[in-house]
Amino acid sequence: MESFQLTANKLKEEYKNNKIKPQDTVRALFKHIDEVEPKVKAFAHLDQNEIANNVGANGRSPLQLSGIPVAIKDNICVKDQLTTCASKILAGFKPPYDATVIEKLKNAGAILFGKTNMDEFAFGSSCENSCYYPTRNPWDTSRIPGGSSGGSAAAVAADETIMALGSDTGGSIRQPAGLCGVVGLKPTYGRVSRYGLIAFASSLDQIGPITKDVSDSALLMNVISGHDERDTTSADVAVPDYTKSLVKDVKGLKIGVPKEYFVEGIDPEVKTAIEKSIKVLTGLGAKCEEVSLPHTEYAVSVYYIVATAEASSNLGRFDGIRYGYRADENKSMISMVAATRGEGFGQEAKRRIILGTFALSSGYYDAYYLKAQKVRTLIKNDFDQAFRKFDCIITPTSPTAAFKIGEKVSDPLSMYLSDIFTISVNLAGIPAMSVPCGFTKNNLPIGMQIMAKPFDEETIFRVAFTYEQNTQWHLQKPKL
Amino acid sequence: MKYYSIIGLEVHLELNTKSKAFCGCSTQFGNAANSQTCPVCLGMPGSLPVLNRTALSFALKAALALNCRISNFTKFDRKNYFYPDLPKSYQISQYDKPLSHHGWLDIEMGDSVKRIGITRVHQEEDTGKLLHKEGEPSSLIDFNRSGIPLLEIVSEPDMNSPQEAYEYLTQLKAILEYLDVSDCSMEKGSLRCDANISISDDPKKLGTKTEIKNLNSFKAVRSALEYESARQIKVLESGQGMVQETRLWDDNKGKTLPMRSKEEAHDYRYFPEPDLVPFTFDDKEIESVKKSLPELPAQRRKRFVKDYALSEYDAKVLTQDKALADYFQECAKNYNNPKAITNWLLSDIAAIMNTKLAGIKELNLSPLALADMLKMIDANVLSGKMAKDVLIQMIDTGKTAKDIVEQKGLKQISDDKTIIEAADKVLKENPKAVEDFKSGKEQAIVFLVGQLMRHTKGKANPALANKILKERLGAM
Repeated sequence: MESFQLTANKLKEEYKNNKIKPQDTVRALFKHIDEVEPKVKAFAHLDQNEIANNVGANGRSPLQLSGIPVAIKDNICVKDQLTTCASKILAGFKPPYDATVIEKLKNAGAILFGKTNMDEFAFGSSCENSCYYPTRNPWDTSRIPGGSSGGSAAAVAADETIMALGSDTGGSIRQPAGLCGVVGLKPTYGRVSRYGLIAFASSLDQIGPITKDVSDSALLMNVISGHDERDTTSADVAVPDYTKSLVKDVKGLKIGVPKEYFVEGIDPEVKTAIEKSIKVLTGLGAKCEEVSLPHTEYAVSVYYIVATAEASSNLGRFDGIRYGYRADENKSMISMVAATRGEGFGQEAKRRIILGTFALSSGYYDAYYLKAQKVRTLIKNDFDQAFRKFDCIITPTSPTAAFKIGEKVSDPLSMYLSDIFTISVNLAGIPAMSVPCGFTKNNLPIGMQIMAKPFDEETIFRVAFTYEQNTQWHLQKPKL
Repeated sequence: MKYYSIIGLEVHLELNTKSKAFCGCSTQFGNAANSQTCPVCLGMPGSLPVLNRTALSFALKAALALNCRISNFTKFDRKNYFYPDLPKSYQISQYDKPLSHHGWLDIEMGDSVKRIGITRVHQEEDTGKLLHKEGEPSSLIDFNRSGIPLLEIVSEPDMNSPQEAYEYLTQLKAILEYLDVSDCSMEKGSLRCDANISISDDPKKLGTKTEIKNLNSFKAVRSALEYESARQIKVLESGQGMVQETRLWDDNKGKTLPMRSKEEAHDYRYFPEPDLVPFTFDDKEIESVKKSLPELPAQRRKRFVKDYALSEYDAKVLTQDKALADYFQECAKNYNNPKAITNWLLSDIAAIMNTKLAGIKELNLSPLALADMLKMIDANVLSGKMAKDVLIQMIDTGKTAKDIVEQKGLKQISDDKTIIEAADKVLKENPKAVEDFKSGKEQAIVFLVGQLMRHTKGKANPALANKILKERLGAM
């Protein structure tokens, strides 16, 4: 295998044994990117010269991520580097500060490896809502990679980076990870600082790792997790060493399988893959039972009220006055702001801003936002209840494998439904991971979602690692 | 027909914490534009607010001093609207769960005391400041003020005259100054006030109200309310319906004028601020803040009456201005005639403060210096009249009374010998007046004392001059 195809953990070994240097990895990646990136379009911004100039470490330093390239979703602020959320309205925006996770990556010796493409402001499930270009699924470039962290997932799947960071508000890490055949973790709300993550829905957003395997996920989580004084919603809860959870043992583990997740609309191939995967785990000594999460059917509705309401407020600041794009319109302050927002935001952003503004309007607040928050509590209670009996819950990550580019663009509702299995996790604030668990007849990856109770990423790592060590799915590579 | 005014006031107060409400930037006033900003108070994407607990404890102090009930559970909300001075496009404020509510404040109208309800006291953040240059097509924004903690203090519509509103503001300001939670300066904009007023012919029924903005002094509040109440009565009597609107006070014209209605049509779309977790005050914390409250104006006033035997009126005037009351106390430590101190503070010194538009602290007159001057009067070194001039010079030059007296030779003549000499000279020069006195015209003595003062250039001790003149006349 070539260096750019290795996992971070393998690469660390190679560095340690002096077999290769980070410069070699970066050079190999650039060469590979030159070949495949025109087909995948995973990156929004990638300045190869700047990266090459900044590869200083020889990889032998004891830092956790010395010399490991990590691609960053374009909604995470990197000081003096373009950070645009794949939106025209942030054209040219270079933040004068690093997100907390970026500081942590820098301190851990990582090589910041470009900004990955995404749905504008993380609004979408297909990476088609980018102001630049749609990203393509490395397994079939006529298909979407999922979204909104589609660029990060595609870059990892196509070996265009070693690791990547994504963000997940309703499935934006797990769904593309599932559709691209890589590992994506949405940590517990509050596990990772949101400082410097350009907000979509503040009460749902979390940054998390997208990696080639479960071990790399644990490695990256060790670096980015923890309380941050600059984010009061980050939890002051001790961070365990996640690599210690990488054990092959699920004996006696209780797995719940929610019946509400195996309903009409789910692709039979997906269903079969999940059932087989559960058998692998029960074969290793886990116990599996059906569980009910009775309020699941309301999750999508609740989500599209809470998330759009918060987004409508979070996106108000993009007015052309202080940074980013400004329309060439100066009749009055109001008309300048209106024109800037009219020209700067894409269709989906406008749709969500309008939805959210409506949901918060006086006279509608109680019927929409307030009611949604109440139902959100019921959804959370479902999980609390379930985790009293089960150690983890397993579901498909998505109801289908990757769909065709353009297939759902004109039907937002069916697009929204592709997140039907991932949304509840954000509403409940719990952690969940998507791991590769099979392929369709068309050779498209299928993802399995493993959920656990708040701050119990360790159980997820244990189950995912055990599963991975007993299967071969994660070793498959797309042919590009 | 009799009309009733119904007035409620909304006061915004900048808290004088060292750093801003949700970031570590300095709150200092008057520095270079945008020199006290960071990603948080500039509302840069990805930045997050972190609550300044000191600001919250200041707010708690104010709420307790205003007799409010404290909410054990409270949270922040976003108030959404677009304006260039609001960089996040929302203000972090408090909506349905303010940190305190149901307070009150007593005001005095003549001999009676009236209790004004306080609906709520909550915390929020200030906006930036727009700078418009005459003739320029664009405006500039200074974000130094953005994110400074504000208190919003909303009264019940319990005031029934502009004077009551004026009294309320005076009392409120006094209390807040005692707490030392704000500069309370309307000039610097650290205290701002909007007024709501409606007129009704039935005291139990609220009329259609107007909100008045752009009020830059307590006097402006009173004048605007007087104008607005008269205007509303005229509108009612003309049979036209009142329009609920926001009006701007024009201090120069002495009028309120309607604001363009477009600017006030807001739906703020309040919702809980997801970036800040709700917080609670436990009863212990509330109790400890309550115990740490300083003496407030009403208490101090009672103490001044009791300890210094001041009149109710004098004590009220002194204690309404914390700096003045502190000054009085300091002075009284060094000079044991509180009544005399009060007289000087409330007459001559008050007049000087008025002309100079300065507070007692800015006067360049230490309490000790004033005490020493008063002692010189008692010791007959200065006459009351001389002291008035000396006081002005003390304030102008910063010198002590003693220095001024010595340098200018102003010392009062109180030795018998010099005055006897002067008296004999005066009696000799004015035989007519002497004659008059002897024939029973007691008034003649006044003329003679005047002549003696002229001879001594006003430096003779008047009482002594009087006494000696009478003695010499008696001996003639």
